[in-house]
Amino acid sequence: MLFNLFKFKGGVKPPTNKTQSTTLPIAAAPLPSRLVVPLHQSIGGTPRPVVEAGDRVLKGQLIGQADGWISAAVHAPTSGTVVEVAMHVQPHPSGLDALCVVIAPDGKDEWIARTPLDYAALTPEAVREHLQQSGVVGLGGAVFPTHGKLTASKTVPMEELIINGAECEPFITCDDLLMRERAEEVVRGIGIFRDLLQPKKVLIGIEDNKPEAAAAMRAAVETLGEDFAVVQVPTLYPAGGAKQLIRVLTGKEVPASKRSTDLGVQCFNVATAYTAWRAIAHGEPVVSRLVTVTGNVHHPRNYEVLIGTPMDELLKLAQPHPDTDGIIMGGPMMGFLVPQASVPVVKATNCLIAHDDRLFPPKAPEMPCIRCGACAQACPHELQPFEMYWFSRAKNFGKTQEYAIFDCIECGCCSFVCPSRIPLVQYFRFAKSEIWAREREKNAADQAKSRFEFKQLREEREKAEKAEKLAKAAAAQAAKKAAEAAAAAAAEAQPAAGEAAPASQAVAAVDPEKAAKRATIEAAMARAKAQREAAQPKNTDHLTPGQQKEVAEIEARRSGSRIEDRGSSEPAPAEPAAPTSPLDPNN
Amino acid sequence: MDILLAIAIMALGAVVLGAALGFASIKFKVEGDPLVEKIEAILPQTQCGQCGYPGCKPYAEAIAKGECDINLCPPGGMEGVQRLADLLGREVKPLDAEEKPKQVAIIDENTCIGCTLCIQACPVDAIVGAAKQMHTIIAQQCTGCELCLPPCPVECIHMEVIGENIDNWKWKYPVVEIKAAPLPAQNASGDGSDGMKDAA
Amino acid sequence: MSHYLFILVGAVLVNNVVLVKILGLCPFMGVSKKLETAYGMGAATTFVLTMATGASYIIDHYLLMPFGLEYLRTLSFIVTIAAIVQLTEMVIAKTSPTLQQTLGIYLPLITTNCAVLGVPLLNISNGHNFVESLLFGAGSAFGFSLVLILFAGIRERVEGAEVPVHFRGAAIAMVTAGLMALAFMGFAGLDKYQ
Repeated sequence: MLFNLFKFKGGVKPPTNKTQSTTLPIAAAPLPSRLVVPLHQSIGGTPRPVVEAGDRVLKGQLIGQADGWISAAVHAPTSGTVVEVAMHVQPHPSGLDALCVVIAPDGKDEWIARTPLDYAALTPEAVREHLQQSGVVGLGGAVFPTHGKLTASKTVPMEELIINGAECEPFITCDDLLMRERAEEVVRGIGIFRDLLQPKKVLIGIEDNKPEAAAAMRAAVETLGEDFAVVQVPTLYPAGGAKQLIRVLTGKEVPASKRSTDLGVQCFNVATAYTAWRAIAHGEPVVSRLVTVTGNVHHPRNYEVLIGTPMDELLKLAQPHPDTDGIIMGGPMMGFLVPQASVPVVKATNCLIAHDDRLFPPKAPEMPCIRCGACAQACPHELQPFEMYWFSRAKNFGKTQEYAIFDCIECGCCSFVCPSRIPLVQYFRFAKSEIWAREREKNAADQAKSRFEFKQLREEREKAEKAEKLAKAAAAQAAKKAAEAAAAAAAEAQPAAGEAAPASQAVAAVDPEKAAKRATIEAAMARAKAQREAAQPKNTDHLTPGQQKEVAEIEARRSGSRIEDRGSSEPAPAEPAAPTSPLDPNN
Repeated sequence: MDILLAIAIMALGAVVLGAALGFASIKFKVEGDPLVEKIEAILPQTQCGQCGYPGCKPYAEAIAKGECDINLCPPGGMEGVQRLADLLGREVKPLDAEEKPKQVAIIDENTCIGCTLCIQACPVDAIVGAAKQMHTIIAQQCTGCELCLPPCPVECIHMEVIGENIDNWKWKYPVVEIKAAPLPAQNASGDGSDGMKDAA
Repeated sequence: MSHYLFILVGAVLVNNVVLVKILGLCPFMGVSKKLETAYGMGAATTFVLTMATGASYIIDHYLLMPFGLEYLRTLSFIVTIAAIVQLTEMVIAKTSPTLQQTLGIYLPLITTNCAVLGVPLLNISNGHNFVESLLFGAGSAFGFSLVLILFAGIRERVEGAEVPVHFRGAAIAMVTAGLMALAFMGFAGLDKYQ
């Protein structure tokens, strides 16, 4: 099919190193000794754990409930026993801990009851809900919950649905193998997305260095009778970036401030389409993914790996060379060295590269920027990395934003071509995270400010109300004194009416009725007093002398204030019996 | 005669210019102080009073009037001082107090006697509870101002530093600053003198 | 007509008030730390300088010269300039309080900006007529603003550079200003087209 392709500026052509891992078909990785499943595996809210240590779980059983709309559920990757729900080191450049569910597999790999769905009979909302419950997230690396991307813009008609099979990063071949071996299910998954988004066109972009995958996809599209276009795009890093692929296939540019649906485009990874199909047609939540294990190993290969498998156990399957000194998660351009070899495989893990100095020679020291502009030529987003670098380095974050640092996708092209070997992307990440931190602080400050102002407003209002009440009470007392003599006799006869009477009524009321109320109020006050006396702090047994002294002081102060209280509250009769404190912030 | 003429001309000029300025001062009268808002936007809004003013706004007003220094806000830190200095064109001064990491107050719920004193003290209503009921702090709303510590009669509130987690983790500054460390400098000079001796 | 153009271009580039005549260095060094302030200062000085040249020409020709009171020039010019500066400050305080705050002391100091007094005095010694005076004033003001903004842009960048410790701050700014002055000497070559 002839197809009019567009181009994006820049890009680089690093050695692809893909053939090593495509010689062997996908293999299922054996059950590991234990599974550490992080709860936070997608963008958005951290799922809440719904299992406890000691629980027996089945494969596919929910262990983390999605928190909020942009969040995806997490499931047990195999059957076994929950050992603990605790903090473990994450496959994250920070090397920090996060909450994980640790499962000891029982070896049976026993599935929970799976119910296939007929999605054609369901409403789109129900399908999205099901995808969320199945933990389907973008498997290209960004792990954005897929259901959140499956709503078309209300104003802009959906033009193109882009399916990303470009896989531009060197070494990674998991999408390639997936398309070769499971093309039919991928295409069926794309069918679900198509039905939900109703685009005019569906374009499957595959880099032209993967002819087998493209052929398999074409064949699958044909057998299923779909009208998806399989388009081979030129091999150029980062053609697999969502924005670049959209640009190449449609000519549209998505700015950082907009979502792609605002331009009538949406983009999904092929692996996401595959898991979406498994989730809907087989009722299987996302408990495993394809991972390329390559680099400094004897047998580079793609494995179907359970989420939570420790990386060192997975790497052993490919028999790493003895001089391996680290594991890179992701590709060599955008990946990072994991902080510990035992961190688990997560939904974002598309590739593990055994690191050694031969494959990745240590970088020569950074030299000053000579403003040669090579980075600007390589930047696929037409940014000026040397300017952003200059201002990030000077911590002039306002200026970095003027140079559109948030349009940077951190692809690493600029660092790749820099003749001074400046780690430009690190500077951009630093600047971005600083800007985000500031944003967070600003939001917190704004919130604190509005709460503070509201508190002041409330205090003033309360003061005004209290003054009003006191004035009313004084007036009431004057009236009372006048009526007291007449009411004295009648008071005996009247039975106590009800509990705590509102003060405002007492003001207007006269004669016997009022006297009755007064009796009621006095009874309520006596009750309150009794309660107050009865309520003693309970943990006063083992106190140090200092604490005891303090408690004594507090008690003294309290009894003092109580007397004051009573003195002041007597004219305002309803107050002591009021069930809630006026200090309650909910008041 | 000449001198009188000169005086008359200067007086005429003074009257004309004075009238023009007087008119302008009425016409361009500034109401309120929009600068206060800009200063306030920089302050961290903890309302902690550590600057000696009862809240962030009074401090902002005092800065705008030039009554006080810009380095009195410990929660804002050195960065806050820097940004105030940038806004106001004043000189950066070292912070007047120790810079503390961001904290959050925690109530020991076993010790709390439900006195509501901390609830009254909290400037941002981040403490919930009622008389005789155990109180608790809404961590997201807590600004870490420590104003609830002194009123508590049983000292059941303590501050906890908010540690680094994956959500608030920041990429580190990639530049390793080369500082003039005193020790290597001495070594260097020592080496130099040795060399001198050798040469001699 | 080309005569006027030469006066204007000459005042902006060839006889730049800051870098060639070395007038008005105080705001040039003081208000060039940030680009936005430099814009504000440039605009304020342009306004004041143009007004001042016009007003001083009128005062000189219709008030002082007929009565032979030329010796009152400096005095009366300064008073006029001070009044214009006050007016400008009021306008800025009303329209942009932040700018007023960032310009700080340099705003009232335009009064004593030697460029603002120097240009009207140069006008008289050069025997410019009213239009020429205005053009020369405006040209000098543009030249001042141009250099100030360029300098602020450079200084913002220099802030990110690894300057040796002893050169940081004012020292590197002076060096930069010197290099700029050297560069502006190149415009002297425009002379031959006159």
